[in-house]
Amino acid sequence: MAGVAGSPALAEQGNNLPPNVPEWMKAPGDPMGSQPYGAPSVHEKGVVKNISKTLPQYISASGRTPLQELDGIITPNGLFYERHHGGVPTIDPAEHRLMLHGMVDRPLVFTMADIRRFPSQSRIHFLECSGNPVYTKPYGKTASDLVGLLSCAEWTGVPLKTVLDEAGLQPGAKWVVAEGADAAALTRSIPIEKCLDDAMLVYSQNGERLRPQQGYPLRLLLPGFEGNMNVKWLRRLKVTAEPAYSREETSKYTDPMPDGTSREFTFYMEAKSIITRPSGGQKLTTHGFHEITGIAWSGHGKIKSVEISLDEGKSWQQAELQEPVLTRALTRFRLPWHWDGTPAVIQSRAIDETGYTQPTLAELVKVRGLNSFYHNNAIWPWRIDANGEVTNAQA
Amino acid sequence: MPRRNLKAAFVVGAVAMLAAAAQADDRYGIGRPATPAEIAGWNIDIGRDGSNLPPGSGSVERGRTVFAEQCAACHGDNGQGGVGDRLVGGQGTLASPKPIRTVGSYWPYAPTLFDYIRRAMPQNAPQSLSNEDVYAVSAYILSLNGVVPANAVLDARSLAAVRMPNRDGFVSDPRPDVHNH
Repeated sequence: MAGVAGSPALAEQGNNLPPNVPEWMKAPGDPMGSQPYGAPSVHEKGVVKNISKTLPQYISASGRTPLQELDGIITPNGLFYERHHGGVPTIDPAEHRLMLHGMVDRPLVFTMADIRRFPSQSRIHFLECSGNPVYTKPYGKTASDLVGLLSCAEWTGVPLKTVLDEAGLQPGAKWVVAEGADAAALTRSIPIEKCLDDAMLVYSQNGERLRPQQGYPLRLLLPGFEGNMNVKWLRRLKVTAEPAYSREETSKYTDPMPDGTSREFTFYMEAKSIITRPSGGQKLTTHGFHEITGIAWSGHGKIKSVEISLDEGKSWQQAELQEPVLTRALTRFRLPWHWDGTPAVIQSRAIDETGYTQPTLAELVKVRGLNSFYHNNAIWPWRIDANGEVTNAQA
Repeated sequence: MPRRNLKAAFVVGAVAMLAAAAQADDRYGIGRPATPAEIAGWNIDIGRDGSNLPPGSGSVERGRTVFAEQCAACHGDNGQGGVGDRLVGGQGTLASPKPIRTVGSYWPYAPTLFDYIRRAMPQNAPQSLSNEDVYAVSAYILSLNGVVPANAVLDARSLAAVRMPNRDGFVSDPRPDVHNH
Protein backbone atom coordinates (compact mmCIF):
# COMPACT_ATOMS: atom_id res chain seq x y z
CA MET A 1 0.00 0.00 0.00
CA ALA A 2 1.46 3.37 -0.99
CA GLY A 3 2.08 5.38 2.14
CA VAL A 4 2.48 2.24 4.26
CA ALA A 5 5.72 1.10 2.65
CA GLY A 6 9.15 1.10 4.29
CA SER A 7 11.25 4.16 4.95
CA PRO A 8 11.64 6.34 1.82
CA ALA A 9 14.95 7.63 3.19
CA LEU A 10 16.50 4.16 3.02
CA ALA A 11 15.33 3.56 -0.55
CA GLU A 12 16.85 6.81 -1.71
CA GLN A 13 20.29 5.60 -0.66
CA GLY A 14 20.09 2.81 -3.26
CA ASN A 15 22.05 3.00 -6.48
CA ASN A 16 19.22 1.28 -8.35
CA LEU A 17 17.02 4.37 -8.54
CA PRO A 18 16.76 6.78 -11.44
CA PRO A 19 18.83 8.06 -13.11
CA ASN A 20 21.06 5.01 -12.37
CA VAL A 21 20.60 1.66 -14.12
CA PRO A 22 19.44 -0.97 -11.58
CA GLU A 23 21.94 -3.76 -10.87
CA TRP A 24 19.35 -6.41 -11.87
CA MET A 25 19.49 -5.09 -15.44
CA LYS A 26 23.25 -5.44 -15.74
CA ALA A 27 23.53 -9.23 -15.59
CA PRO A 28 21.28 -12.17 -16.53
CA GLY A 29 18.90 -13.38 -13.90
CA ASP A 30 18.37 -16.90 -12.57
CA PRO A 31 18.24 -19.55 -15.33
CA MET A 32 15.15 -21.54 -16.22
CA GLY A 33 14.75 -24.42 -13.81
CA SER A 34 16.30 -22.74 -10.78
CA GLN A 35 12.90 -23.12 -9.11
CA PRO A 36 11.04 -26.23 -10.36
CA TYR A 37 8.20 -25.25 -8.05
CA GLY A 38 8.08 -21.48 -7.76
CA ALA A 39 8.35 -19.58 -4.50
CA PRO A 40 7.54 -15.94 -3.65
CA SER A 41 10.19 -13.24 -4.03
CA VAL A 42 12.86 -13.27 -1.34
CA HIS A 43 11.56 -9.81 -0.46
CA GLU A 44 8.22 -11.35 0.56
CA LYS A 45 9.64 -13.91 2.97
CA GLY A 46 7.88 -12.22 5.86
CA VAL A 47 4.50 -13.12 4.38
CA VAL A 48 3.97 -16.47 6.08
CA LYS A 49 1.36 -18.20 8.19
CA ASN A 50 0.77 -16.58 11.56
CA ILE A 51 1.58 -19.33 14.05
CA SER A 52 1.82 -18.60 17.76
CA LYS A 53 5.23 -19.40 19.26
CA THR A 54 3.79 -20.10 22.71
CA LEU A 55 1.28 -22.90 22.12
CA PRO A 56 1.33 -25.67 24.75
CA GLN A 57 1.68 -28.21 21.90
CA TYR A 58 1.68 -28.25 18.11
CA ILE A 59 -0.10 -31.52 17.26
CA SER A 60 -3.63 -30.23 17.82
CA ALA A 61 -3.20 -26.59 16.87
CA SER A 62 -3.95 -23.90 14.30
CA GLY A 63 -2.04 -21.50 12.06
CA ARG A 64 -3.52 -18.34 10.55
CA THR A 65 -3.61 -16.73 7.11
CA PRO A 66 -1.87 -13.32 6.99
CA LEU A 67 -5.05 -11.64 5.70
CA GLN A 68 -3.64 -8.11 5.89
CA GLU A 69 -0.87 -9.04 3.41
CA LEU A 70 -3.19 -10.43 0.72
CA ASP A 71 -5.21 -8.99 -2.15
CA GLY A 72 -8.28 -10.26 -3.95
CA ILE A 73 -10.31 -13.19 -2.64
CA ILE A 74 -8.15 -16.26 -3.32
CA THR A 75 -5.77 -17.45 -0.61
CA PRO A 76 -2.49 -18.86 -1.95
CA ASN A 77 -2.24 -22.54 -1.03
CA GLY A 78 0.90 -22.04 1.04
CA LEU A 79 -0.84 -19.43 3.19
CA PHE A 80 -4.16 -21.23 3.65
CA TYR A 81 -5.06 -21.44 7.34
CA GLU A 82 -4.51 -24.76 9.11
CA ARG A 83 -6.26 -26.54 11.93
CA HIS A 84 -5.51 -30.13 12.72
CA HIS A 85 -6.29 -32.32 15.69
CA GLY A 86 -3.66 -35.06 15.38
CA GLY A 87 -0.92 -33.58 13.22
CA VAL A 88 -0.63 -33.64 9.42
CA PRO A 89 -0.50 -37.21 8.08
CA THR A 90 1.65 -38.17 5.09
CA ILE A 91 -0.73 -40.25 2.98
CA ASP A 92 0.23 -42.29 -0.08
CA PRO A 93 -2.70 -41.68 -2.45
CA ALA A 94 -2.19 -45.16 -3.96
CA GLU A 95 -3.03 -46.60 -0.54
CA HIS A 96 -5.81 -44.21 0.37
CA ARG A 97 -9.39 -45.47 0.18
CA LEU A 98 -12.78 -43.88 0.72
CA MET A 99 -15.30 -46.29 2.21
CA LEU A 100 -19.02 -45.46 1.86
CA HIS A 101 -21.31 -47.66 3.94
CA GLY A 102 -24.17 -47.65 6.42
CA MET A 103 -27.71 -47.03 5.16
CA VAL A 104 -26.89 -47.52 1.49
CA ASP A 105 -27.94 -50.18 -1.01
CA ARG A 106 -24.37 -50.84 -2.14
CA PRO A 107 -21.47 -50.27 0.32
CA LEU A 108 -18.53 -49.15 -1.82
CA VAL A 109 -14.80 -48.60 -1.69
CA PHE A 110 -13.19 -45.99 -3.93
CA THR A 111 -9.59 -45.42 -4.92
CA MET A 112 -8.45 -41.87 -5.65
CA ALA A 113 -8.46 -42.78 -9.35
CA ASP A 114 -12.10 -43.82 -8.92
CA ILE A 115 -13.01 -40.51 -7.29
CA ARG A 116 -11.39 -38.58 -10.11
CA ARG A 117 -13.41 -40.51 -12.71
CA PHE A 118 -16.67 -38.96 -11.49
CA PRO A 119 -17.91 -35.81 -13.28
CA SER A 120 -16.03 -32.92 -11.66
CA GLN A 121 -16.91 -29.40 -10.60
CA SER A 122 -14.84 -26.38 -9.56
CA ARG A 123 -16.25 -23.82 -7.16
CA ILE A 124 -14.86 -20.94 -5.09
CA HIS A 125 -15.72 -21.07 -1.38
CA PHE A 126 -14.31 -19.78 1.89
CA LEU A 127 -13.41 -21.98 4.84
CA GLU A 128 -13.41 -20.59 8.37
CA CYS A 129 -12.69 -22.08 11.77
CA SER A 130 -15.59 -21.65 14.18
CA GLY A 131 -13.32 -20.14 16.86
CA ASN A 132 -12.27 -17.06 14.88
CA PRO A 133 -11.80 -15.18 17.20
CA VAL A 134 -12.78 -16.05 20.77
CA TYR A 135 -14.98 -13.63 22.73
CA THR A 136 -12.56 -12.84 25.53
CA LYS A 137 -9.43 -10.71 25.86
CA PRO A 138 -6.65 -10.49 24.97
CA TYR A 139 -7.88 -9.65 21.48
CA GLY A 140 -5.41 -9.86 18.64
CA LYS A 141 -3.37 -6.98 17.26
CA THR A 142 -3.72 -7.71 13.53
CA ALA A 143 -6.47 -8.80 11.15
CA SER A 144 -4.76 -12.19 11.04
CA ASP A 145 -4.67 -12.44 14.83
CA LEU A 146 -8.41 -11.75 14.89
CA VAL A 147 -9.90 -13.64 11.96
CA GLY A 148 -6.93 -15.33 10.25
CA LEU A 149 -8.53 -18.77 10.61
CA LEU A 150 -10.20 -17.90 7.32
CA SER A 151 -9.18 -18.59 3.73
CA CYS A 152 -10.78 -18.97 0.32
CA ALA A 153 -9.92 -21.17 -2.64
CA GLU A 154 -11.19 -22.64 -5.87
CA TRP A 155 -11.97 -26.26 -5.04
CA THR A 156 -12.28 -29.09 -7.56
CA GLY A 157 -13.93 -32.40 -6.90
CA VAL A 158 -17.19 -34.31 -7.22
CA PRO A 159 -20.54 -33.37 -5.67
CA LEU A 160 -21.12 -35.62 -2.65
CA LYS A 161 -24.64 -36.29 -3.96
CA THR A 162 -23.18 -37.97 -7.05
CA VAL A 163 -21.18 -40.38 -4.91
CA LEU A 164 -24.08 -41.05 -2.50
CA ASP A 165 -26.34 -41.81 -5.48
CA GLU A 166 -23.77 -44.32 -6.67
CA ALA A 167 -24.25 -46.27 -3.44
CA GLY A 168 -28.02 -45.62 -3.24
CA LEU A 169 -29.42 -44.00 -0.08
CA GLN A 170 -31.89 -46.08 1.90
CA PRO A 171 -35.09 -44.68 3.43
CA GLY A 172 -34.44 -43.10 6.81
CA ALA A 173 -30.94 -41.88 5.90
CA LYS A 174 -30.66 -38.58 7.77
CA TRP A 175 -26.96 -38.04 8.50
CA VAL A 176 -23.57 -38.87 7.04
CA VAL A 177 -20.76 -39.47 9.53
CA ALA A 178 -17.44 -38.38 8.01
CA GLU A 179 -14.11 -39.66 9.33
CA GLY A 180 -10.55 -38.57 8.58
CA ALA A 181 -7.51 -40.81 8.13
CA ASP A 182 -5.44 -38.72 10.54
CA ALA A 183 -4.21 -39.67 14.02
CA ALA A 184 -7.36 -38.07 15.48
CA ALA A 185 -9.61 -40.05 13.10
CA LEU A 186 -11.60 -36.84 13.33
CA THR A 187 -15.32 -37.46 13.05
CA ARG A 188 -18.24 -35.14 12.39
CA SER A 189 -21.85 -35.79 11.42
CA ILE A 190 -23.32 -33.94 8.45
CA PRO A 191 -27.09 -33.52 7.91
CA ILE A 192 -28.23 -35.32 4.76
CA GLU A 193 -29.78 -32.11 3.38
CA LYS A 194 -26.31 -30.52 3.18
CA CYS A 195 -24.84 -33.70 1.66
CA LEU A 196 -27.43 -33.61 -1.12
CA ASP A 197 -27.12 -29.84 -1.64
CA ASP A 198 -23.68 -28.27 -2.22
CA ALA A 199 -21.32 -30.64 -0.35
CA MET A 200 -18.32 -31.84 -2.36
CA LEU A 201 -15.52 -34.36 -2.14
CA VAL A 202 -12.53 -32.32 -3.23
CA TYR A 203 -9.06 -33.34 -4.35
CA SER A 204 -7.73 -30.07 -5.77
CA GLN A 205 -7.35 -26.55 -4.48
CA ASN A 206 -6.48 -23.57 -6.65
CA GLY A 207 -5.63 -25.85 -9.55
CA GLU A 208 -3.19 -28.20 -7.83
CA ARG A 209 -3.77 -31.23 -5.63
CA LEU A 210 -4.70 -30.49 -2.04
CA ARG A 211 -1.80 -29.69 0.24
CA PRO A 212 -1.22 -32.24 3.04
CA GLN A 213 -2.33 -29.59 5.55
CA GLN A 214 -5.65 -29.33 3.68
CA GLY A 215 -6.42 -33.03 3.60
CA TYR A 216 -4.41 -34.59 0.77
CA PRO A 217 -5.52 -36.59 -1.06
CA LEU A 218 -9.26 -36.05 -0.31
CA ARG A 219 -11.40 -33.83 1.89
CA LEU A 220 -15.01 -33.01 2.47
CA LEU A 221 -16.10 -29.47 1.57
CA LEU A 222 -19.27 -28.10 3.17
CA PRO A 223 -19.62 -24.52 1.92
CA GLY A 224 -20.57 -22.15 4.75
CA PHE A 225 -20.24 -24.73 7.54
CA GLU A 226 -17.65 -24.39 10.32
CA GLY A 227 -14.18 -25.48 9.28
CA ASN A 228 -13.74 -28.65 11.35
CA MET A 229 -16.74 -30.30 9.68
CA ASN A 230 -14.94 -30.15 6.32
CA VAL A 231 -13.19 -33.38 7.27
CA LYS A 232 -9.69 -33.70 5.83
CA TRP A 233 -7.89 -36.88 4.76
CA LEU A 234 -11.39 -38.29 4.29
CA ARG A 235 -11.45 -42.08 4.52
CA ARG A 236 -14.99 -43.01 5.49
CA LEU A 237 -18.58 -41.89 5.03
CA LYS A 238 -21.20 -43.76 7.03
CA VAL A 239 -24.84 -43.03 6.26
CA THR A 240 -26.92 -43.12 9.46
CA ALA A 241 -30.28 -42.24 10.97
CA GLU A 242 -28.80 -40.05 13.70
CA PRO A 243 -25.57 -38.15 14.39
CA ALA A 244 -22.51 -39.92 15.80
CA TYR A 245 -22.40 -37.52 18.78
CA SER A 246 -18.62 -37.72 18.43
CA ARG A 247 -16.32 -35.97 20.87
CA GLU A 248 -15.84 -33.16 18.33
CA GLU A 249 -19.58 -32.43 18.21
CA THR A 250 -20.31 -32.81 21.93
CA SER A 251 -17.37 -31.86 24.16
CA LYS A 252 -15.81 -29.63 21.48
CA TYR A 253 -17.39 -27.37 18.86
CA THR A 254 -20.47 -26.83 21.02
CA ASP A 255 -21.23 -23.30 22.17
CA PRO A 256 -21.57 -22.74 25.95
CA MET A 257 -24.16 -20.14 26.94
CA PRO A 258 -24.39 -18.08 30.16
CA ASP A 259 -27.19 -20.27 31.57
CA GLY A 260 -24.97 -23.37 31.51
CA THR A 261 -26.57 -24.96 28.45
CA SER A 262 -24.61 -25.41 25.25
CA ARG A 263 -25.73 -25.11 21.66
CA GLU A 264 -24.98 -28.21 19.60
CA PHE A 265 -24.75 -28.70 15.84
CA THR A 266 -24.03 -25.01 15.20
CA PHE A 267 -23.04 -25.46 11.59
CA TYR A 268 -23.29 -22.13 9.80
CA MET A 269 -20.73 -19.35 9.79
CA GLU A 270 -22.75 -16.12 9.86
CA ALA A 271 -22.05 -12.95 7.87
CA LYS A 272 -18.80 -11.22 8.73
CA SER A 273 -16.28 -8.73 7.40
CA ILE A 274 -13.03 -7.06 8.34
CA ILE A 275 -10.99 -4.19 6.96
CA THR A 276 -7.56 -5.58 6.03
CA ARG A 277 -5.97 -2.25 4.94
CA PRO A 278 -5.44 -0.17 6.88
CA SER A 279 -5.53 -2.61 9.77
CA GLY A 280 -3.83 -3.37 13.07
CA GLY A 281 -0.04 -3.27 12.98
CA GLN A 282 0.09 -1.09 9.86
CA LYS A 283 0.91 2.61 9.67
CA LEU A 284 -0.32 5.39 7.42
CA THR A 285 2.82 7.37 6.61
CA THR A 286 1.17 10.15 4.64
CA HIS A 287 -1.97 12.22 4.77
CA GLY A 288 -4.16 12.21 1.68
CA PHE A 289 -5.60 9.40 -0.38
CA HIS A 290 -5.83 5.89 1.02
CA GLU A 291 -7.98 3.04 -0.19
CA ILE A 292 -9.83 1.21 2.54
CA THR A 293 -10.22 -2.43 1.59
CA GLY A 294 -11.21 -5.67 3.19
CA ILE A 295 -13.13 -8.91 2.86
CA ALA A 296 -16.69 -9.99 3.64
CA TRP A 297 -18.29 -13.43 3.67
CA SER A 298 -21.36 -15.35 4.78
CA GLY A 299 -22.09 -19.03 5.23
CA HIS A 300 -25.69 -18.27 4.25
CA GLY A 301 -24.98 -17.12 0.71
CA LYS A 302 -23.85 -14.02 -1.14
CA ILE A 303 -22.79 -10.73 0.37
CA LYS A 304 -25.43 -8.13 -0.48
CA SER A 305 -23.55 -5.09 0.75
CA VAL A 306 -20.75 -3.90 2.99
CA GLU A 307 -21.01 -0.66 4.95
CA ILE A 308 -18.06 1.28 6.31
CA SER A 309 -18.00 3.76 9.17
CA LEU A 310 -15.20 6.29 9.56
CA ASP A 311 -16.61 7.93 12.70
CA GLU A 312 -16.76 5.25 15.41
CA GLY A 313 -19.98 3.78 14.06
CA LYS A 314 -22.06 6.97 14.02
CA SER A 315 -22.61 6.91 10.26
CA TRP A 316 -22.15 4.29 7.55
CA GLN A 317 -21.55 4.40 3.81
CA GLN A 318 -21.62 1.77 1.09
CA ALA A 319 -18.38 0.16 0.02
CA GLU A 320 -17.86 -0.94 -3.57
CA LEU A 321 -17.96 -4.72 -3.99
CA GLN A 322 -15.42 -6.27 -6.35
CA GLU A 323 -16.91 -8.76 -8.79
CA PRO A 324 -17.32 -11.67 -8.72
CA VAL A 325 -19.63 -11.74 -5.70
CA LEU A 326 -20.04 -15.48 -5.14
CA THR A 327 -22.11 -17.51 -2.74
CA ARG A 328 -20.22 -18.64 0.37
CA ALA A 329 -17.01 -17.05 -0.91
CA LEU A 330 -14.90 -14.10 0.18
CA THR A 331 -16.01 -10.82 -1.37
CA ARG A 332 -13.49 -7.99 -1.66
CA PHE A 333 -14.74 -4.49 -0.82
CA ARG A 334 -13.21 -1.05 -1.23
CA LEU A 335 -13.83 2.56 -0.26
CA PRO A 336 -11.72 5.55 -1.35
CA TRP A 337 -10.71 7.70 1.63
CA HIS A 338 -8.80 10.91 2.23
CA TRP A 339 -7.11 10.87 5.62
CA ASP A 340 -6.56 14.39 6.94
CA GLY A 341 -4.43 13.26 9.86
CA THR A 342 -7.07 13.39 12.58
CA PRO A 343 -7.51 10.25 14.70
CA ALA A 344 -10.27 7.98 13.41
CA VAL A 345 -12.00 4.69 14.16
CA ILE A 346 -12.88 2.75 11.01
CA GLN A 347 -14.93 -0.43 10.75
CA SER A 348 -16.93 -2.50 8.29
CA ARG A 349 -20.14 -4.50 8.58
CA ALA A 350 -21.45 -7.08 6.13
CA ILE A 351 -25.06 -7.65 5.11
CA ASP A 352 -25.79 -10.94 3.36
CA GLU A 353 -28.52 -11.91 0.92
CA THR A 354 -30.76 -13.11 3.76
CA GLY A 355 -30.79 -9.51 5.06
CA TYR A 356 -28.74 -10.43 8.14
CA THR A 357 -26.40 -7.68 9.35
CA GLN A 358 -23.08 -8.36 11.09
CA PRO A 359 -23.47 -7.39 14.78
CA THR A 360 -21.15 -5.62 17.21
CA LEU A 361 -19.20 -7.55 19.84
CA ALA A 362 -21.34 -5.97 22.57
CA GLU A 363 -24.52 -7.17 20.89
CA LEU A 364 -23.14 -10.71 20.59
CA VAL A 365 -21.91 -10.84 24.19
CA LYS A 366 -25.25 -9.54 25.47
CA VAL A 367 -26.95 -12.67 24.09
CA ARG A 368 -24.17 -15.26 24.27
CA GLY A 369 -22.06 -14.14 27.22
CA LEU A 370 -18.33 -14.78 27.37
CA ASN A 371 -18.20 -18.56 27.92
CA SER A 372 -18.50 -19.44 24.25
CA PHE A 373 -15.47 -19.88 22.03
CA TYR A 374 -17.22 -20.16 18.74
CA HIS A 375 -19.10 -18.25 16.03
CA ASN A 376 -17.96 -14.78 17.01
CA ASN A 377 -18.77 -12.75 13.87
CA ALA A 378 -18.46 -9.33 15.48
CA ILE A 379 -17.61 -6.08 13.73
CA TRP A 380 -13.97 -5.33 14.44
CA PRO A 381 -13.02 -1.61 14.49
CA TRP A 382 -9.51 -0.22 13.94
CA ARG A 383 -8.22 2.95 15.63
CA ILE A 384 -5.92 5.23 13.64
CA ASP A 385 -4.01 7.72 15.78
CA ALA A 386 -2.58 11.09 14.76
CA ASN A 387 0.72 9.40 13.80
CA GLY A 388 -1.09 7.01 11.48
CA GLU A 389 -0.53 3.97 13.75
CA VAL A 390 -3.37 1.46 13.37
CA THR A 391 -4.42 -0.60 16.40
CA ASN A 392 -7.29 -2.77 17.53
CA ALA A 393 -9.98 -0.40 18.85
CA GLN A 394 -11.52 -3.14 21.02
CA ALA A 395 -8.29 -4.05 22.83
CA MET B 1 -55.89 -61.47 -26.48
CA PRO B 2 -57.34 -58.46 -28.28
CA ARG B 3 -54.84 -56.48 -30.24
CA ARG B 4 -55.38 -53.42 -28.07
CA ASN B 5 -54.38 -55.23 -24.89
CA LEU B 6 -51.33 -56.62 -26.57
CA LYS B 7 -50.25 -53.13 -27.42
CA ALA B 8 -50.86 -51.99 -23.84
CA ALA B 9 -48.84 -54.89 -22.49
CA PHE B 10 -46.00 -53.99 -24.83
CA VAL B 11 -46.03 -50.37 -23.68
CA VAL B 12 -45.98 -51.39 -20.01
CA GLY B 13 -43.06 -53.69 -20.66
CA ALA B 14 -41.16 -51.03 -22.57
CA VAL B 15 -41.67 -48.50 -19.79
CA ALA B 16 -40.37 -50.99 -17.24
CA MET B 17 -37.29 -51.64 -19.36
CA LEU B 18 -36.72 -47.91 -19.81
CA ALA B 19 -37.04 -47.37 -16.05
CA ALA B 20 -34.47 -50.08 -15.39
CA ALA B 21 -32.14 -48.56 -17.96
CA ALA B 22 -32.59 -45.09 -16.47
CA GLN B 23 -31.76 -46.43 -13.01
CA ALA B 24 -28.60 -48.05 -14.32
CA ASP B 25 -27.70 -44.84 -16.17
CA ASP B 26 -27.90 -42.87 -12.91
CA ARG B 27 -24.90 -44.82 -11.76
CA TYR B 28 -21.43 -44.57 -13.18
CA GLY B 29 -20.28 -48.02 -12.13
CA ILE B 30 -17.36 -46.47 -10.26
CA GLY B 31 -15.95 -48.09 -7.13
CA ARG B 32 -16.14 -51.69 -5.96
CA PRO B 33 -18.23 -53.38 -3.24
CA ALA B 34 -16.94 -52.95 0.30
CA THR B 35 -16.59 -56.37 1.92
CA PRO B 36 -18.00 -57.05 5.41
CA ALA B 37 -14.46 -57.63 6.68
CA GLU B 38 -13.29 -54.28 5.33
CA ILE B 39 -16.25 -52.50 6.87
CA ALA B 40 -15.73 -54.27 10.20
CA GLY B 41 -12.12 -53.10 10.34
CA TRP B 42 -12.92 -49.43 9.77
CA ASN B 43 -16.40 -49.06 11.27
CA ILE B 44 -15.17 -47.80 14.65
CA ASP B 45 -17.72 -45.14 15.56
CA ILE B 46 -19.82 -45.84 18.63
CA GLY B 47 -23.37 -44.56 18.94
CA ARG B 48 -24.41 -42.46 21.93
CA ASP B 49 -26.60 -45.44 22.92
CA GLY B 50 -23.53 -47.69 22.93
CA SER B 51 -24.31 -49.29 19.59
CA ASN B 52 -21.24 -50.81 17.93
CA LEU B 53 -19.36 -51.13 21.24
CA PRO B 54 -17.11 -54.21 20.96
CA PRO B 55 -17.01 -57.25 23.24
CA GLY B 56 -14.72 -57.12 26.25
CA SER B 57 -14.65 -55.28 29.56
CA GLY B 58 -12.33 -53.29 31.78
CA SER B 59 -12.15 -52.38 35.46
CA VAL B 60 -11.45 -49.10 37.19
CA GLU B 61 -8.49 -50.82 38.84
CA ARG B 62 -6.94 -51.85 35.51
CA GLY B 63 -7.76 -48.40 34.16
CA ARG B 64 -5.73 -46.77 36.93
CA THR B 65 -2.63 -48.63 35.69
CA VAL B 66 -3.27 -47.92 32.01
CA PHE B 67 -3.95 -44.26 32.76
CA ALA B 68 -0.69 -43.90 34.69
CA GLU B 69 1.24 -45.44 31.81
CA GLN B 70 -0.53 -43.93 28.80
CA CYS B 71 -2.45 -40.79 29.84
CA ALA B 72 -1.07 -39.14 32.98
CA ALA B 73 1.88 -37.47 31.24
CA CYS B 74 -0.51 -35.11 29.41
CA HIS B 75 -3.71 -35.23 31.50
CA GLY B 76 -2.12 -35.26 35.00
CA ASP B 77 -1.90 -38.06 37.54
CA ASN B 78 -5.52 -37.57 38.58
CA GLY B 79 -6.91 -36.23 35.33
CA GLN B 80 -6.45 -32.64 36.48
CA GLY B 81 -5.07 -31.64 33.08
CA GLY B 82 -1.72 -30.46 31.73
CA VAL B 83 -0.71 -30.31 28.09
CA GLY B 84 -3.89 -32.32 27.54
CA ASP B 85 -7.42 -31.43 28.58
CA ARG B 86 -8.59 -31.52 32.16
CA LEU B 87 -10.76 -34.64 32.49
CA VAL B 88 -12.08 -34.43 36.03
CA GLY B 89 -14.27 -32.13 38.12
CA GLY B 90 -16.17 -29.00 37.26
CA GLN B 91 -19.66 -30.32 37.89
CA GLY B 92 -21.94 -27.41 38.73
CA THR B 93 -19.69 -24.77 37.13
CA LEU B 94 -21.19 -24.55 33.62
CA ALA B 95 -23.46 -21.59 34.43
CA SER B 96 -20.69 -19.73 36.27
CA PRO B 97 -18.36 -17.09 34.80
CA LYS B 98 -15.55 -19.67 34.89
CA PRO B 99 -17.05 -22.93 33.64
CA ILE B 100 -14.84 -26.01 33.89
CA ARG B 101 -15.63 -28.40 31.06
CA THR B 102 -14.50 -31.98 31.69
CA VAL B 103 -15.71 -35.48 30.94
CA GLY B 104 -17.61 -35.39 34.22
CA SER B 105 -19.11 -31.92 33.92
CA TYR B 106 -19.69 -31.61 30.18
CA TRP B 107 -19.70 -34.80 28.10
CA PRO B 108 -23.30 -35.90 27.47
CA TYR B 109 -22.74 -39.58 26.58
CA ALA B 110 -20.40 -42.14 28.17
CA PRO B 111 -19.97 -44.33 25.03
CA THR B 112 -18.36 -41.31 23.31
CA LEU B 113 -15.51 -41.69 25.79
CA PHE B 114 -14.76 -45.18 24.46
CA ASP B 115 -15.10 -43.95 20.88
CA TYR B 116 -12.73 -41.03 21.34
CA ILE B 117 -10.08 -42.82 23.41
CA ARG B 118 -9.95 -45.69 20.95
CA ARG B 119 -9.75 -43.53 17.82
CA ALA B 120 -7.48 -40.75 19.02
CA MET B 121 -5.67 -41.60 22.26
CA PRO B 122 -2.96 -41.73 23.41
CA GLN B 123 -2.04 -38.89 21.10
CA ASN B 124 1.37 -40.40 20.26
CA ALA B 125 -0.09 -43.84 19.44
CA PRO B 126 -3.82 -43.76 18.64
CA GLN B 127 -5.66 -47.06 18.04
CA SER B 128 -2.91 -48.91 19.96
CA LEU B 129 -4.86 -49.80 23.13
CA SER B 130 -6.79 -53.06 23.34
CA ASN B 131 -10.55 -52.78 23.62
CA GLU B 132 -10.25 -54.08 27.19
CA ASP B 133 -7.85 -51.28 28.09
CA VAL B 134 -10.10 -48.70 26.45
CA TYR B 135 -12.98 -49.94 28.61
CA ALA B 136 -10.68 -49.82 31.63
CA VAL B 137 -9.46 -46.26 31.02
CA SER B 138 -13.03 -45.13 30.34
CA ALA B 139 -14.09 -46.70 33.65
CA TYR B 140 -11.21 -45.04 35.50
CA ILE B 141 -11.98 -41.56 34.12
CA LEU B 142 -15.67 -41.98 34.94
CA SER B 143 -14.79 -43.13 38.47
CA LEU B 144 -12.51 -40.11 39.00
CA ASN B 145 -15.60 -38.03 38.20
CA GLY B 146 -17.77 -39.98 40.64
CA VAL B 147 -19.97 -41.17 37.78
CA VAL B 148 -19.25 -44.89 38.40
CA PRO B 149 -18.06 -46.54 41.65
CA ALA B 150 -14.39 -47.34 42.27
CA ASN B 151 -15.04 -51.06 41.87
CA ALA B 152 -16.87 -50.73 38.54
CA VAL B 153 -16.17 -53.05 35.62
CA LEU B 154 -17.54 -51.69 32.35
CA ASP B 155 -18.56 -53.51 29.20
CA ALA B 156 -20.78 -52.63 26.26
CA ARG B 157 -23.98 -52.92 28.26
CA SER B 158 -22.87 -51.17 31.45
CA LEU B 159 -21.02 -48.33 29.66
CA ALA B 160 -24.14 -47.63 27.61
CA ALA B 161 -26.19 -47.55 30.82
CA VAL B 162 -24.08 -44.80 32.43
CA ARG B 163 -26.03 -41.56 32.66
CA MET B 164 -23.75 -38.54 32.36
CA PRO B 165 -24.44 -35.50 34.57
CA ASN B 166 -24.70 -33.10 31.60
CA ARG B 167 -26.83 -35.45 29.48
CA ASP B 168 -29.57 -32.84 29.04
CA GLY B 169 -27.32 -29.79 28.85
CA PHE B 170 -27.44 -29.28 25.08
CA VAL B 171 -29.86 -27.22 23.00
CA SER B 172 -30.30 -26.83 19.26
CA ASP B 173 -28.91 -23.89 17.31
CA PRO B 174 -31.23 -20.85 17.60
CA ARG B 175 -29.25 -18.57 15.31
CA PRO B 176 -29.72 -16.01 13.94
CA ASP B 177 -29.95 -14.86 17.57
CA VAL B 178 -28.33 -11.42 17.32
CA HIS B 179 -29.30 -8.53 15.09
CA ASN B 180 -28.18 -4.95 15.22
CA HIS B 181 -31.15 -3.49 13.40
